[in-house]
Amino acid sequence: MSAAPLLAVEGLTKHFGRTPHIVRAVEDVSFDIAPGEVLGLVGESGSGKSTIGRLILRLIDSTAGAIRFDGQDISRLPERQLKVLRRNAQMIFQDPYASLNPRLRVREIIGEALDAHRLASGARRNERIGELLETVGLQATHMSRFPHEFSGGQRQRIGIARALAVEPKLIVADEPVSALDVSVQAQVINLMQDLRQRFGLAMLFISHDLDVVELMCDRIAVLYLGRVMEIGSSDDISQRPRHPYTRALLAASPKADPDAPKIRRMLTGDIPSPMAPPSGCVFRTRCPAATDECARVVPKLRSASGGHRFACHYDTAHDEEPAAA
Amino acid sequence: MDTSHLLSIRDLEARFRTEDSEVTPVRGVTLSVGAGETVALVGESGSGKSVTSLAVMGLLPRPAGRVSGGQILFRRRSGEMVDLVSLPLPELRKLRGSEIAMIFQEPMTSLNPVMTVGEQIAESVRLHMGLSQGAAMRRAEEMLDLVEIPNARHRVYEYPHQMSGGMRQRVMIALAMSCNPSLLIADEPTTALDVTIQAQILALIGRLQRDLGMGVLFITHNLGVVAEIADRVTVMYAGQVVETGSVRDIFRAPRHPYTGALLNCLPARARHREDGRRVVQSIPGSVEFVNGGCSFAPRCTRAADICRTDAIALENEKERSVRCLRWRETFA
Repeated sequence: MSAAPLLAVEGLTKHFGRTPHIVRAVEDVSFDIAPGEVLGLVGESGSGKSTIGRLILRLIDSTAGAIRFDGQDISRLPERQLKVLRRNAQMIFQDPYASLNPRLRVREIIGEALDAHRLASGARRNERIGELLETVGLQATHMSRFPHEFSGGQRQRIGIARALAVEPKLIVADEPVSALDVSVQAQVINLMQDLRQRFGLAMLFISHDLDVVELMCDRIAVLYLGRVMEIGSSDDISQRPRHPYTRALLAASPKADPDAPKIRRMLTGDIPSPMAPPSGCVFRTRCPAATDECARVVPKLRSASGGHRFACHYDTAHDEEPAAA
Repeated sequence: MDTSHLLSIRDLEARFRTEDSEVTPVRGVTLSVGAGETVALVGESGSGKSVTSLAVMGLLPRPAGRVSGGQILFRRRSGEMVDLVSLPLPELRKLRGSEIAMIFQEPMTSLNPVMTVGEQIAESVRLHMGLSQGAAMRRAEEMLDLVEIPNARHRVYEYPHQMSGGMRQRVMIALAMSCNPSLLIADEPTTALDVTIQAQILALIGRLQRDLGMGVLFITHNLGVVAEIADRVTVMYAGQVVETGSVRDIFRAPRHPYTGALLNCLPARARHREDGRRVVQSIPGSVEFVNGGCSFAPRCTRAADICRTDAIALENEKERSVRCLRWRETFA
């Protein structure tokens, strides 16, 4: 990677609870995001994807590891020194109904962000709020309304305007389109693509929907039980997956094509509890190719080509055809 | 009357009374499900798809909701056709859970948290099939086995909270299947599940449907799931059916502009923009209920003046139907 990363995460680990009831939500996760780059985090329940998003923004504290933002490790900084982070990294939430204060008008919701960082006051404040609303495809006059007066898609736009208010370099978007209908989801995806282009935003884009992630992201990290199984460019992950879990995930996603092959390698069983993750490779209990070695040794991420890395003892590159796009 | 179908809904209209007005979330639903057939009922929020399924089950919340028009014809196992709309409640109760079963999105809220899963299935088969307690518990065990719950002998004694979401949905399916229904109504049964678990549940429903020859009305907003499981598709918009056809016809050659636009919203159909970013076609605005004229007209790129004034009937042609005045001009 040429440019210095905007965000570099190293050995990030988060355990909740106390012995003997420790939930190993995130275990030794490393990745970085270049300025203007969008990294997707994909995974199912318990994969730790949302926890990682919250750790990076210091909404919760990590158990171990480093989080370097613009070169500075912010993982242990006291709250009062986090102002730079708060100014430069913002979050967009999944549920546009729960993430906006129902008692505040849109003017206050967005204005709070401006006030906190003293970005605009007086007449300029309203002007700026109007600009932000127009940036996300709403109207300046909407600022005097309350959240309940908007549809789900419009609320998500308000959430995006609030995140943009401080002109961040990084946005953590946690399932930003998952709660929206397909037609509205399309509107919000396109808006986010516009904003990336216009402001050169970097993003950590968290989603369980592989199609959406593939569309939005430059690179994708696939998580399972708090660990990175595979990381690579969107094309690497969707066209040339190397990890059995990535392949299973791709195969299990229904294709909107009645002629697509119906028979798929199906994963049996449930995702294990993060309170009792399997020894060795956490995926081995559901992996069709698991061996004794997988139970003993935690596989390290190894390189497939360029930045494409996967954590499996076995090289499955030539075993079978890559999953269809 | 067409008696070849297991379920035949005609011009269904359902109304809800609110404090000072009345709304009509369903106002023109015509669809059918044959024996051994899976029909997907597709729509976005507010399309009326769930109200339609609740109407079939006679589960519209009373007294606010009621069926205000149309018929829901169901062919009983005896061969008799009954209209579920006018069927007396005790009769409907007998059908529900025996000949017609339903599974819902959230298995946790549909199962009784203070009863073991075995007791819940046993209760249903005692009620509908008149089995003794011992036979009913054995039937419960068989059913858990049928839905591929490992170690069924022991798991009949578990409570819903001791199970994962996927296992709970299997229990829901076992409960629904326990009295050999001829029609299964599945309302977003995999929406709350992870994708690898969803694949398991879809495969299970498909297998049971083939083995038992049930008709399935599968309600979903997920077009990928539709392509996966449906034989035929009915698309709803703003309380009306706008199009019906075989799954292949709907995905390959949609006739209603909404169906076409909805398919183009899928991320898998994204195109590269000039700046290299990938975008999807979107549908501007949001759902509106229009009186007189087509509800989709305000968002339709092909709408003409006539679309905004005239009432539009569902036009049938062979195996397909479409509610659009201009489909011949725009899609033929």
